Amino acid sequence: MTRFAKKDILLEIRDLQIQGYTDETWIDIIKGVDLTLHRGEVLGLIGESGAGKSTIGAAAMGYARDGTRISGGSIEFDGIELTNASQAEKRALRGSRIAYVAQSAAASFNPAHKIIDQHTEAPVHYRIQKRLEAQEDAMELYERLRLPNPQEIGFRYPHQVSGGQLQRAMTAMAMACRPDLIIFDEPTTALDVTTQIEVLAAIRDIVDQFNTAAIYITHDLAVVAQMADTIKVLLKGEEVEEASTKEMLDNPQEDYTKSLWAVRSFKRPQKSRPTDGTPPIIAVKNVDAAYPGGAKVLDDVSFDIYPGMTVAVVGESGSGKSTTARCITGLLPPLKGEILFKGDPMPAKYKDRSLDQLRQAQMIYQMADTALNPKVRISEIIGRPAQFYSGLKGTALKQRVDELLDLIELEPSKYYDRYPPELSGGQKQRIGIARALAAEPEFIICDEVTSALDQLVAEGILKLLDRLQRDLGLAYMFITHDLATVRSIADEVVVMQHGKVVEQGPKEEMFTPPHHPYTDLLLSSVPEMDPEWLTTVLEERGVDNIGDAADV
Amino acid sequence: MGDVLKLILKRLGYGLLTLLVVSILIFFAVELLPGDTAQAILGQAATPETVAALRTQLGLDQPAPIRYLSWLSHAVVGDFGVSAVSGTPVVQVIGGRFINTLFLASYAAVIAVPLAIILGVIVALLRNSVFDRVANVLTLTSISSPEFFLGYILILFFAVNIPAFPAIASLSGSLSFPELLHRTFLPALTLVLVVTAHMMRMTRAAIINLLASPYIEMARLKGVPPWKVIVKHALPNAWAPIINVVALNLAYLITGVVLVEVVFVYPGIGQALVDAVSKRDFPVVQAASLIFAATFILLNLTADVGAILTNPRLRHPK
Repeated sequence: MTRFAKKDILLEIRDLQIQGYTDETWIDIIKGVDLTLHRGEVLGLIGESGAGKSTIGAAAMGYARDGTRISGGSIEFDGIELTNASQAEKRALRGSRIAYVAQSAAASFNPAHKIIDQHTEAPVHYRIQKRLEAQEDAMELYERLRLPNPQEIGFRYPHQVSGGQLQRAMTAMAMACRPDLIIFDEPTTALDVTTQIEVLAAIRDIVDQFNTAAIYITHDLAVVAQMADTIKVLLKGEEVEEASTKEMLDNPQEDYTKSLWAVRSFKRPQKSRPTDGTPPIIAVKNVDAAYPGGAKVLDDVSFDIYPGMTVAVVGESGSGKSTTARCITGLLPPLKGEILFKGDPMPAKYKDRSLDQLRQAQMIYQMADTALNPKVRISEIIGRPAQFYSGLKGTALKQRVDELLDLIELEPSKYYDRYPPELSGGQKQRIGIARALAAEPEFIICDEVTSALDQLVAEGILKLLDRLQRDLGLAYMFITHDLATVRSIADEVVVMQHGKVVEQGPKEEMFTPPHHPYTDLLLSSVPEMDPEWLTTVLEERGVDNIGDAADV
Repeated sequence: MGDVLKLILKRLGYGLLTLLVVSILIFFAVELLPGDTAQAILGQAATPETVAALRTQLGLDQPAPIRYLSWLSHAVVGDFGVSAVSGTPVVQVIGGRFINTLFLASYAAVIAVPLAIILGVIVALLRNSVFDRVANVLTLTSISSPEFFLGYILILFFAVNIPAFPAIASLSGSLSFPELLHRTFLPALTLVLVVTAHMMRMTRAAIINLLASPYIEMARLKGVPPWKVIVKHALPNAWAPIINVVALNLAYLITGVVLVEVVFVYPGIGQALVDAVSKRDFPVVQAASLIFAATFILLNLTADVGAILTNPRLRHPK
């Protein structure tokens, strides 16, 4: 706190209370949080989903989302009390003195207008600049944020620009009026690691250059370590602790903070392939694939998955990971090549496969929310595949469902009759796992199963998957872009890029140099807890390389 | 732009195909009706020989598919045959009527469409306010009252109590354009009341539906004033559903106005169709049905094309 003097206080929140309207009543979601931010200071707000980070971020602009209300406390921005300011007074601050950068730039840019028109909206509205001046300024900001073709890119529509570029364009938009404060609400969560790094660098640069204060909201500790001067940890609408970044990393005081720090510690020993000539349970052989009417998305993909092992398939979005899974399950018949099950070729289309072959192609999805029918009871969600594949009925079926619920560590009597929306994210994902297990497969495809979950919850799911693997001898194909997950549970790694396998092998080898250049890029882009990490990586790569790296 | 053109041509192709299928349905549905055109023309007293002779003369002794093809090939060039009742060409019987209907529909549409969209935007902006509720109640009332009832109410107030407009919208004699507008004002107003509600409510719903989008929140957090959030950020993304409901209502203005025509004694195509059905004037029934079908298909096609053109992803491909 030494860097900041008391007279430089920009935002002071005292005893903030916010309520949300659910089930016909108002429930406290923020329970008395204090926050002090100085000019030029970057405060990291971290916590799990539901901790109230975004709600506090919006409240710092005097904004309560639909269905929430600020019910108590004070929010003072540069001498203006926002809790009792009029709508017009608050509106006059937004965009001009306090700006907002949202999680998904793709969703937060209006699809109907050009990027630069959205950029110039606030400065023109506030009469800070004339339209043409604002456009010039936008181009300059685009250049500073190292967007390619800064003179031209703004005249595109949002869907014509990649996600990482959009996120930088949104940061530029937030800068348009040179605000005193920017709220960054998980600005890199939706990006690939290789893209994330350049957005982080761009944000850090620009905040430094203009000495803008920022509230940086994220659930990723390693990210916040790069960005923030001060870190505040939240849990269920209450502050756990606050300290300078270095102090927080070196010497966390509270148990909860320590558990967050320790969460990436789960690791199990690596297994190796059987040596007795057992065939792989699933072998992908020289597969080419394309979606109807589209270009080729898989190009000569081959890898083997042996019984009882976990093969992690990593790569950026669009690299063909999920498409490979669709080929294995028979949802997308390959153009060329084949899928072998225990050495025997499987029919390309799922419709031509036997019940026993179908049984082997079980999937667990990223979004348990959308993968479970909200109107169907848990007992039926799990019971149906058990009935379909094993022909169980009546008491036997009920027994089997109970057994499956036991396996995923949910008490059968409590969950049997419930519906998915009544469960938490982690519980839903467990139901997704039980549904896959109900078919009694030897092989399961896990498609980004932990990406939508908080770290503590995700760790629980990984441990569960690991235990099930040991108990039931399952093989997993684990699709992920999160290398920390790979480190903790994979036996072998397949790296994909542009629909090709660029490198594959046992995990330990993959994490030891020398790597394929792309693997190297992926690995070195994963943020580390060291606050100096970003600076070091940028230096190693040379600043000019960053933009190129992201556009690969 | 090439993609958009391809899409539009594809829709056009589907539209023509649909029209073809509908023409088959219309022709054979009329075939199934009891009664016989030759018999209807000659009356009950005719001898079987004269009926048979007329059947041959009209080509009714040919098998149905052949008659269909000959009917279709003539219809394509605008020849719908001869009215079985009056012996005049069908085009003469319904041509002028159809133009009258188009006039009334355009009159109503020119008022109703802008009114509905502007009102829709205003109630979306003032949602849950007193104005919104009053507008909701009024539009619900007008949408759920039968149009003949609305017509009579308007006649009562604006033709009887305050004799500002004529109660009967006959188009006899030569009328100047302002006279024409004055004379057809009440039927047009009736139609406006009937269709505005639907379009306004859809505009409101389409806009409100978008208000939860992240880009709307972004606009609010940029300090954009509420009316501008709606007009500039929500409306441009709400066109597709609005255009659809507008097209549906325009189609109704042309094909569903029989009752209003009857109430105001307006010489439109709806009345002509009803007359033709009661007189078993099959050529007229077929022609009118085909025109209605073509109107429906054309308007839906326009809506589809409009939806395509307002989608930036399609207008500006990567």
